[in-house]
Amino acid sequence: MYANAVFTLSNKDVNQLHREALRDVERVVLTLDVNGEARQLLVPSHKTLLEVLREDMQLTGTKHGCELGECGTCTVLIDGKPQLSCLLLPIQLQGRAITTIEGMANGSDLHPLQVAFAELGAAQCGYCTPGILLAARSLLEENPRPARDEIREALAGNLCRCTGYTKILQAVELAADRLR
Amino acid sequence: MRVVGKPLPKVDAAAKVTGRALYADDIALPRTLHCKILRSPHPHARILSIDTSAAKRIPGVLAVITGLDLPIKFGILPVTQDERALEHEKVRYVGDPIAAVAATEEEIAAAACDAIAVEYEVLEPVMSIEAALQTPKDERIQDYGGPNNVHKFVALEFGDVDAGFSRADHVREDVFFFQGNTHLPMEQHSAIATYVDGKVTLWSSTQVVHYVHRALSKVLELPMNRIRVIGAAHGGGFGGKTDPFAHEIIVCKLSMITGRPVKCTLTREEVFYAHRGRHPVLMWVRTGVTRDGRITAMHFRSALDGGAYGSYGVASTFYTGALQTVTYDIPAYRFEGCRVFTNKPPCGPKRGHGTPQPRFALELHLEKIAHDIGLDPVELKRRNFVQPNTRTVNWLRVTSCGLEECTDRVIDASRFHDRERRPGHGMGFAISSYLSGAGTAIYWNDMPHSEVQIKVDRGGVTAYCGAMEIGQGSDSVLATIVAEELGLQPSDIRLVTADTDTTPIDLGSYSSRVTFMAGNAALEAARKMRALLVEAVEASGRGFDDVTFEEASVLAEARFGTLTTAGSYTPPKIAGPYKGSGVGPSPAYSYSACVVDVDADARTGLIRVNKVWIAHDVGRAINPLLVEGQVEGSVYMGLGEALMEEQAFRKGLHKWPSMLEYKSPTFLDMPEVETFIVETIDPEGPYGAKEAGQGPLLPVPPAVCAAVHDALGVWIDEIPVTPEKVIEALRRKEKGEPPRYGPQRFPPIPYPPTIKVEPPPKDAAITAI
Ligand code: FES
Ligand code: FES
Repeated sequence: MYANAVFTLSNKDVNQLHREALRDVERVVLTLDVNGEARQLLVPSHKTLLEVLREDMQLTGTKHGCELGECGTCTVLIDGKPQLSCLLLPIQLQGRAITTIEGMANGSDLHPLQVAFAELGAAQCGYCTPGILLAARSLLEENPRPARDEIREALAGNLCRCTGYTKILQAVELAADRLR
Repeated sequence: MRVVGKPLPKVDAAAKVTGRALYADDIALPRTLHCKILRSPHPHARILSIDTSAAKRIPGVLAVITGLDLPIKFGILPVTQDERALEHEKVRYVGDPIAAVAATEEEIAAAACDAIAVEYEVLEPVMSIEAALQTPKDERIQDYGGPNNVHKFVALEFGDVDAGFSRADHVREDVFFFQGNTHLPMEQHSAIATYVDGKVTLWSSTQVVHYVHRALSKVLELPMNRIRVIGAAHGGGFGGKTDPFAHEIIVCKLSMITGRPVKCTLTREEVFYAHRGRHPVLMWVRTGVTRDGRITAMHFRSALDGGAYGSYGVASTFYTGALQTVTYDIPAYRFEGCRVFTNKPPCGPKRGHGTPQPRFALELHLEKIAHDIGLDPVELKRRNFVQPNTRTVNWLRVTSCGLEECTDRVIDASRFHDRERRPGHGMGFAISSYLSGAGTAIYWNDMPHSEVQIKVDRGGVTAYCGAMEIGQGSDSVLATIVAEELGLQPSDIRLVTADTDTTPIDLGSYSSRVTFMAGNAALEAARKMRALLVEAVEASGRGFDDVTFEEASVLAEARFGTLTTAGSYTPPKIAGPYKGSGVGPSPAYSYSACVVDVDADARTGLIRVNKVWIAHDVGRAINPLLVEGQVEGSVYMGLGEALMEEQAFRKGLHKWPSMLEYKSPTFLDMPEVETFIVETIDPEGPYGAKEAGQGPLLPVPPAVCAAVHDALGVWIDEIPVTPEKVIEALRRKEKGEPPRYGPQRFPPIPYPPTIKVEPPPKDAAITAI
């Protein structure tokens, strides 16, 4: 397989590449309900919700770790349920309530989960934090008194490389106590 | 103390929990262009030609560059300047960068990369340590080092090792392998550059703005005063963002050519190729002990699979042999190390840099010796513990040392000696030590390792430091120390950090150095500021404690004019008198001890970790909450390495460059961790503090393996401990073969003759040499 041979990597027809790069991308006009604000947008129909939030709406609080549905970092809430924004197309989401981290605090008043995460050191680099906070909020809205294993289950799709998860679990429990 | 020692929230917590912190990929400047990098599909090939003409013709493409545009080599260590931002002569791993495009849209940049035609002459790849030691079929990977694909040899001997072995009542040899793994930060590397008025500004997710600054100056051929590097909010490093990277240089060059901002964010697959992670290391160790378990001599050999470039590899090689002596009193010690080049992404520093692999080997090896001579492993280790205020046989200076107390805490809390005896259940114990910052800089100079400035005026206090907050809490440590000295709260202190234009130099967030070094610099600056304030207040006839801080600062500003102070930290000169002694010394060592409790299923080979007890001697916890966070995060990462994480290759290709297939622990895998903070009040650390971010990872993998042996009676001498390995070891045990899974042999390596070094005299001063 690795005999001394000469290969050419790319033989793609340049004209075709021209066409691909320049292809008339279909754009759609959408109205999205993000954090309670109705926003009208003109976006290429193939753009993911993650891209539209970050690039077209400047809502950069939503992060990405893979853009392939593998890490949970891009989690947002759709009608209150956690979903991966890197796998969603905005075109499917008209009329649905989209919540991002920017919509979690009430004005300048932080959500009890945000307060607990700050107090207990549950955010180190903070990169996984927006996704985990939203997933935790959805859990507490459904189940105000989750057992530790139920929290683990609910957050199992969100990876964090910094904290070892312990302080996150404690922070969710503290917020649950305070929310009661 | 008022704020030191309190579990206060991190000073950047609000920005992080609201999504307001701006990471590099969040920064969007007007007219920003997107950059994509064409990477090698071959592990080893000569480049015959690169044709970018078609790519350049694609509308929306503003620039295409190759290695001819960035021919100057760079590298983190002065002795291994072997990387190019773009290679135009030869590629050395799948993922090696070849060309880069700046375009108006990301899709256009990607299409332009596809339109670049590269002709390769494919060469035989070298994919293992054994292969790298043989004569290459085609040619060597690098044109330095040798013989064959050897990069670096180390051979040192301290004291009379042969005499030590002849004094021993029992001598044992073992071979171990620690598979490589990667940092997997949640944030993909990202960098954005602008070029205005002859000056480049770069925002990057780096751990060390200073090293990026130096590399940019060299490769771009611009003086450092024409370059500004700013650390953006950081989404996790663990050592993986400590080298200067190709994409950082590329975006600067592209912005110089196009006159527009250029951003490059690596895809997750590219992050696996950027790597610089844990070296795969094969190890052989031979130790002699007396009947009562006292070590008489040790001989340790390591062979590191370095990947395609030097990176930190020379230091990593020394580190595989340096710290064995910092936990155990070894009277005679021989170390032979070897790093080889292979056609894989380059390895470098990952949490624990070069020391988790030998720690795993050493702890398990001593465990086996204890079994051989019928001694409790905890007792055998205890009998050999180093003592505080001593020098090791390889001249490392040990000052504060909480090894005994750490051991007591975890052994007692876990009831290790009264553990439940049921089939498949086991417990394992291990210890470790780590540096609080390297005692010598990466490039030779006499300047301080960290510098802090403080400004006070009627508007408040600002502290400036080049240190980089990467999630570990470096900003909080700086703010806490300044606040403590000035009688304020950490949240009162404004911070300007990691910006080469505005902050004095700090060597960055690696090597567990920030709390100790930047902390000491901050302490000095803050004490000087306090002295100014006190003097001004007392001159007014009042006492410092009788006035508010605002009153004090107004009095001082009126008396002295602009109020600025500075502090710096230079580690003491404590390296031993031999070549290579620069790797290993640290102004202080942290110590950890750990017990792991597992259930191992003999049918499936699955290991379930029930609980981890860990005690860490951090000297003093400046913020116990953050120390716990570092310890818990280290235990997590150690468990990931012990049980599942591996960066492995098949036919020249990374087996699993994705987060789904590269297994890492989730919320469901992580057991309960009980953390004990042990304080030994180090004589040189700020308020007595030492490191916390790396040391606690080290004892976890060997403790897991010891627990598996306790549970099933088989030795897994290879990390990670996967179910297949457990099953295979059990099968061997059943067949009456040695009940073990691991490497069978250590290859013959042509190490040079050892350099013999006289150990320090018994009564050697522990102060600077
Ligand atoms: S970015 Fe990783 S799941 Fe969406
Ligand atoms: S806090 Fe860094 S990844 Fe979770």
